[in-house]
Amino acid sequence: MSLRERLRRVSELATEFYVAPYRGVIARAHRDQDDLFMLFVFSELMGVPNPATYYMLELQPMLLERFHEWHVRMGMEHSPLDGFRCC
Amino acid sequence: MNAIILAIVGLGAMFLGYRFYSKFIAEKIYRLDPDFKTPAHSMRDNIDYVPTNRTVLWGHHFTAVAGAAPIIGPGIAVIWGWVPAFLWVIGGTLFFAGVHDFGAVWASARHKARSIGALTGDIVSQRARALFMIVIFLLLLMVNAVFAVAISQAFDLTPASVIPAWAAIAVALVIGVLFYKAHTNIVVPTILATAFIFLCVPLGDYVPVRLPETFLGLGAGAQWIVLLFVYATIASLVPVWVLLQPRGYISGIMLFVGLGLLYGAVLISHPTVVAPAFNQSVPAGAPPIVPLLFVTIACGAISGFHGLVGSGTTSKQLDKETDARFVGYLGSTGEGALALITIIAATAGFASRADWDAMYPAFGAGGQNAFVQGGATIVAAGSPFSYEFGAVLLTVMVVLFAGTTMDVGVRLQRYIIQEWGVAYKIPALQNSYVATFLAVGACLTLAFGAGGTQGTGGMIIWPLFGTTNQLLAGLTLLVISVLLVKQGRPSRYTMIPMIFVTSMSFLAALYQLWDLYRTGQYFLVLMDLLIVVTAIFVMLEAASAFMRERRAVGTTRAVTVS
Repeated sequence: MSLRERLRRVSELATEFYVAPYRGVIARAHRDQDDLFMLFVFSELMGVPNPATYYMLELQPMLLERFHEWHVRMGMEHSPLDGFRCC
Repeated sequence: MNAIILAIVGLGAMFLGYRFYSKFIAEKIYRLDPDFKTPAHSMRDNIDYVPTNRTVLWGHHFTAVAGAAPIIGPGIAVIWGWVPAFLWVIGGTLFFAGVHDFGAVWASARHKARSIGALTGDIVSQRARALFMIVIFLLLLMVNAVFAVAISQAFDLTPASVIPAWAAIAVALVIGVLFYKAHTNIVVPTILATAFIFLCVPLGDYVPVRLPETFLGLGAGAQWIVLLFVYATIASLVPVWVLLQPRGYISGIMLFVGLGLLYGAVLISHPTVVAPAFNQSVPAGAPPIVPLLFVTIACGAISGFHGLVGSGTTSKQLDKETDARFVGYLGSTGEGALALITIIAATAGFASRADWDAMYPAFGAGGQNAFVQGGATIVAAGSPFSYEFGAVLLTVMVVLFAGTTMDVGVRLQRYIIQEWGVAYKIPALQNSYVATFLAVGACLTLAFGAGGTQGTGGMIIWPLFGTTNQLLAGLTLLVISVLLVKQGRPSRYTMIPMIFVTSMSFLAALYQLWDLYRTGQYFLVLMDLLIVVTAIFVMLEAASAFMRERRAVGTTRAVTVS
């Protein structure tokens, strides 16, 4: 193993040592933030007025992949939207 | 007696324990299977369940369990002489703590990485689970109170440590931002941070910080306690990446640096142990060595707190089941090594027996102070650093460890209170601010209740803390033993330690009850009563669980035979 590789290995281990204990906590906080964002993006479709809807419209197709996971996590077994089908 | 012999015999015994005893336990008792699919693989979600390199996991387990407690406990317990403390630390690490930590990781990994608390409910009984929660809450309460008192004493005795200790917090904030916002590589900031803390040590010596003698009727120690809890409140409310994570990381790095420095200095300066092997002239009023030794040194010999760590996060990240031995057993051995160097510092770091006697005028004296002074003498003799530098550096280490545990402790207490809020449908308790204030309020009450407005006598609760910690260890060992009985394997390797620690902590709690009543500390008498009652219930639960499982195993055998 060359010196460069060895250094890279040390750096990887140190990063892992730094990240691992709180990985779950941080990922969960991140997900909570994302969930709120999903609510903003899809709020108008669910009847909650949102002045920024126009600007968020083009985000909808991008977030569609995550839509199913999100509504399940929010405690809705099926899609709350009538406009398009999810599951 | 030369301290090098202590270090070599101690570390050698730990190595042999890992090499042979843990191998025996792994193969014959826990029967680890390299092909078993651990929860990190079977339930992988890249959030909690992630297969992690075993060296990294070992580092976590080690740095999470080795804090200020294995320094304070042995620092107090050498008052009975170095032999009892040495034997209990080595024997405890080999046959108690190792098996306990290793077992907690193993049992949890075999049960979908559930925590020991949840496992208690499944394997022993729901009543035992409730007991478990009570013990944990008491433990956190005491750990926060005791560590706040320990830090305030450290600041009070070594004013030079104030600046470097708080500088470490500032460094942590910077590292957190650099890592998460600027996405820098971690190695360079780590080296710079360590260097910065070392540079702050002479600065602290140059500008010592002393709080006013009295302020609003509070002594300097008490003011520090209040300040520390204000800090802990804030620290436990901000997101973990801001402070908790980088701080824990820096504490971990400092632990490795400190251990290396101290063992290296012992090897070079080979100091002589001045403390007696068995102290024949123990100060008046000191409690009997049995059972108090076994609760005074909890962390460093066996501690229930480890089970929480092992079953909470470690088991979710275990790559292979066979790694449990390396992570759990060797992780607790690391803590034993810290306790061992504390014994050496507190017995060989003094010039003469008279100096040593002056450090231990009464039971509860010594503690981290003996570690700092003794350790600094050894550092001065065996390294290029001066005595003052060593004293400040070691104080900063103790403060960092204790502070990190406090941050985590207050946060965990808040979670428990919030959980109660959910369970009993009290919305106010579910609020994180209300829950934090309640947690901190309880800790402050205890810190002051034990030491008055001066906040001086807080170390009185140290043995109480040890008792609670051992009870928790007893509960974890109970879970492991019942599991082994269920599977028809020999359970004596965990059962004997369980019976030993539970009965010792019960006896200790009874002795303390009498002692606290005699000295009129009624607040602590109440606390101790709670512990005694809990201990009785733990023993009853243990007995009933064993009878039940034995009978069940007996019936299955009878059925198979007929």
